[in-house]
Amino acid sequence: MTASEPAIRVRGLTTRFGDQVVHDNLDLEVRRGEVLGVVGGSGTGKSVLLRTIIGLNRPASGSIEVLGHDVAGLGGAERRSLEERWGVLFQDGALFSSLTVAQNVQVPLREHTDLSREVIDELTGVKIGMVGLPAEAAGKYPSELSGGMRKRAGLARALALDPEIVFLDEPTSGLDPIGAAAFDQLIRRLQRTLGLTVFMVTHDLDSLGAICDRIAVLVDGRVLIVGPMETMLRETHPWVHDYFHGPRARAAYGA
Amino acid sequence: MTTPAEAVRAASEGDRFVVALGGRWRIDQADRLDRRLRGLAPGAAKRVLIDLDNVEALDTAGAWVVYRTVKRLREEGYAVEFTRARPEHKALLDLVESNDWPVECRPPREPPVRAFVAHVGSATLDIIAETGMLIGFLGATTITLFRSLLMPWRVRWTALVNHMEQVGLNAVPIVGLISFLVGAVLAYQGAEQLRRFGAEIFVVNLVGVSVLREMGILLTAIIVAGRSGSAFTAAIGSMKVREEIDAMRTLGLDPMELLVMPRLIALVLTLPLLAFFADVTGLLGGGLVAWMALGIGPAQFIERLGEAVPIWSFWVGIIKAPVFAFVIAVIGCYEGFRVEGSAESVGRMTTRAVVEAIFLVIVIDALFSVLFAFLEI
Ligand SMILES: Nc1ncnc2c1ncn2[C@@H]1O[C@H](COP(=O)(O)OP(=O)(O)OP(=O)(O)O)[C@@H](O)[C@H]1O
Ligand SMILES: [Mg+2]
Repeated sequence: MTASEPAIRVRGLTTRFGDQVVHDNLDLEVRRGEVLGVVGGSGTGKSVLLRTIIGLNRPASGSIEVLGHDVAGLGGAERRSLEERWGVLFQDGALFSSLTVAQNVQVPLREHTDLSREVIDELTGVKIGMVGLPAEAAGKYPSELSGGMRKRAGLARALALDPEIVFLDEPTSGLDPIGAAAFDQLIRRLQRTLGLTVFMVTHDLDSLGAICDRIAVLVDGRVLIVGPMETMLRETHPWVHDYFHGPRARAAYGA
Repeated sequence: MTTPAEAVRAASEGDRFVVALGGRWRIDQADRLDRRLRGLAPGAAKRVLIDLDNVEALDTAGAWVVYRTVKRLREEGYAVEFTRARPEHKALLDLVESNDWPVECRPPREPPVRAFVAHVGSATLDIIAETGMLIGFLGATTITLFRSLLMPWRVRWTALVNHMEQVGLNAVPIVGLISFLVGAVLAYQGAEQLRRFGAEIFVVNLVGVSVLREMGILLTAIIVAGRSGSAFTAAIGSMKVREEIDAMRTLGLDPMELLVMPRLIALVLTLPLLAFFADVTGLLGGGLVAWMALGIGPAQFIERLGEAVPIWSFWVGIIKAPVFAFVIAVIGCYEGFRVEGSAESVGRMTTRAVVEAIFLVIVIDALFSVLFAFLEI
């Protein structure tokens, strides 16, 4: 496996639900160590793309490689060892409701490492602190948390095993602006220090501008363009233009 | 792969104790490395230098294992410093250091005796509080029911018919099969005993009275409690977890009217029909066995049934059906509304609903027996 090989490579992906075609021959590459932001209108299939890449959704056709492995062709043990190398934050957190926040974070640590209980407990505290949750939140159950806190707890669980890739589905929606900015900084920091690859679905223009190395725009079931913010700002496609030059965009970075 | 010996090399240099770390410090190795670091004892040296020059890879777990050792050494009175750390490794060490917050990882355990006493106490209080709430729910249900009767246009007819199909029509095969089998078994076992007295013909009395008065309705109620009572709790409970009930309230919709009434009315209307069906199949099963094992033909069976079993036996069974239906539906819906927070709670409440409903059905059945004995029916 070479360093230049992409972390994620999607080729000719087609996804369908009944008659509805969500992705139509979609191609996408995510480089190692980059933060890729995926944008698109509501219902264009961003979440479905994420779920398909991590193998929760069967594509109608096309190939998906993650860290050099064909996701569809993996079975049992190989698949589990690949799953240990990525972390996922679902759109609504998807915490286990019968476990406390701390126990949620510990699930992957207990399942996949042989660390001592003591170290696991300490690491849990570190992860919970890293995502900006107060220490009291550790003993709470998901139903006792606010939406933004559930997101953070979900991120702490996604980061528990120090994955190589994290998939984030709208990580900053539901966070206050200060929390969202801290979240961006955390992702940036982890990406720099750990060489993390980040696949991030987001509508947050600040995140897109602040931490995304490249942005992929999903239109009509395909990736219309991929590139850094400058490319997006020059793009003339009406939807992309409106997205990056709308009133909110101007307010966010004065474009 | 680096061996633990290569990963941690320690040596005293004058008053300094140098720990040179090397190789990959990642989560998959963290446990081994941690055990190696726990053995580290700088001895007489006052200053400890941690040399990170040869570290190839570091993640937060690796950084934590290093940091917790540093913390331990500092607590033991050593001055600890990092040296030759790459900026990204230093950043990671700073990151874990700044997040060194002990958190409560598992709910605190109480001493067993105290926990037992506390459990008994809180369970008692729960029962009292619950009885109160159940009575409150019963009241609310009754009021809504009367309002629905006075204003029938407010009844959700589509939902009602849908529930009637689910709790009534779809239960027909299982109710029929079970009561057929029970009727047959009853007749067969009865025949064995009665044959000794040459009183085979009394099998008809036995099957007729027990199926019509008790077995038909009781079996039906128990099957429906397991099938539909649980479904009511699970459906309403899941809606509660996903805040759908709150959403209804804010939209000015009454969950009692929308969720409880259609289920309650559907069950009250269909349970008597199911019980009737169970009576018929139970008699059919008994009759078939009587015919095959004892040679009591259908015509004789029916004639004897008419003589031996008063029509009241049938009504005694059917009269109980709406009462049982009411109890099953109210318990099912009530436990659904009591679901809180987690998916686990849905499961817990569903179990409860079924157990409580079956228990109450049997208790009420016993009370009915006492009542009918008084009335000499
Ligand atoms: N399980 C499913 N069954 C049928 N259709 C589905 C399913 N999941 C998603 N869809 C459809 O696929 C399309 C894409 O959904 P997706 O959740 O990926 O949207 P999205 O781009 O993430 O939108 P948002 O920004 O609102 O989160 C939608 O039209 C949705 O109706
Ligand atoms: Mg989505």
